[in-house]
Amino acid sequence: MRMRYTVAMTAVMGVPSVFAADLTVKVEIPRLTVAEYHRPYTALWIEKADQSFAANLSVWYDLKMKNNEGTKWLKDMRQWWRKSGRELQMPVDGLSGATRAPGEHTLTFGGAKSPLDKLPAGEYAVVVEAAREVGGRELVRVPFTWPPTAAQSNQAKGEHELGAVSVAVKP
Amino acid sequence: MNHLISRAAAPIALALAALLPLSAQAHRGWMLPSATVLSGNDPWVTVDAAISNDLFYFEHNAMKLDGLLAFAPDGSKATPENLATGKYRSTFDLKLVQKGTYKLAMVNDGLMASWKVGGENKRARGTAESLAKEIPANAEGLSVSRNQSRLEVFVTSGKPTDTVLKPTNQGLELAPITHPNDLFAGDTASFRFLLDGKPAADVEVTVIPGGVRHRDALGEIKVRTDAEGKFSVKWPSAGFYWLSATHGAAQRPAPGAAPAGPAGTLDKPARRASYSTTLEVLPQ
Repeated sequence: MRMRYTVAMTAVMGVPSVFAADLTVKVEIPRLTVAEYHRPYTALWIEKADQSFAANLSVWYDLKMKNNEGTKWLKDMRQWWRKSGRELQMPVDGLSGATRAPGEHTLTFGGAKSPLDKLPAGEYAVVVEAAREVGGRELVRVPFTWPPTAAQSNQAKGEHELGAVSVAVKP
Repeated sequence: MNHLISRAAAPIALALAALLPLSAQAHRGWMLPSATVLSGNDPWVTVDAAISNDLFYFEHNAMKLDGLLAFAPDGSKATPENLATGKYRSTFDLKLVQKGTYKLAMVNDGLMASWKVGGENKRARGTAESLAKEIPANAEGLSVSRNQSRLEVFVTSGKPTDTVLKPTNQGLELAPITHPNDLFAGDTASFRFLLDGKPAADVEVTVIPGGVRHRDALGEIKVRTDAEGKFSVKWPSAGFYWLSATHGAAQRPAPGAAPAGPAGTLDKPARRASYSTTLEVLPQ
């Protein structure tokens, strides 16, 4: 079913336009005034419309601890852990990154190097899940359509562990 | 798996029976792991084990650890460390060396006999062999029951695996359909109960959320297994849950009281098989 749809879409869209499209995610890590602050472990991934896992975008955790001990807390990003994390041997090239400081972070995924070029045409969401040591956990979903036929942008806002999360796609 | 339990079962057969107090009907035996879903290179769990009224508070008796068994994801035996028993609880640690799902179990299988001699109540526990020697020829009203019980908990490092979930086909056992370390609030999990490896139909299953002390109602969920031994539970919220079921004759009667179930004999004891586990349900 999906295969046929993809083929049809590709025929209409033309292959090059699929590969040229890109996706930009802006994630705001809020500045929190707490006695003990740790940068949140954060996972960014793509889900299908039924919330099943489609592809990973980024995982930020404490990469610098000796013996990769930071991986001990990866399970705290519970949904990501269930859907993908527990299948992986971290660190993963192109996926793992250090935790980020409060502020807005912009990530752009595009071209053949990202997991996007393998996505069948359809409705998706970027999911951002953050878990903070001695703090809370929050998950935000922002929908998008892939591949984009025109530039589109959506956003959502976290309430405690995440600030604004926006997803922009353009052909 | 079968050989793993049977090899280990003999020396520990009476461990649990011996530790349950005589008036234990209302008490619940449980193990509580510090975590059930773990990541990282060097994960450990620490487990409390106790017999109590409330869940999961240690306020009655420590559970003896003599019969503790641990199985690694590949089915081999693992070694719990730092075993200690205090007034109200026992505790031990387990290093999760392999990736996958571990099982911690306390398995009991023993006979209990009660009889009267000249109006005086007598009672003994043991094997068929030892009881045959102990029960005098002039015993009156002899009642023999076989009590099998199994307490299990599961913990997973990394991706959940199924090897330790395979039934041993002895007594009442939980055969998970939903993995016991993949439970989320709002989801419905399915399991099966097996008796000696065959579907245990029409068994009442009781599920009680932890934190009993901090609420007014017990909040128990009762479900019955279907013809295939299957049942499902929709988790109302995240937390630890105690799940238990009993098959067969009612708990033996109080001294002097009439037997609640059929009075068994040494050759054909009244059989009672029970199972309990502690499950952790995570928030969505």
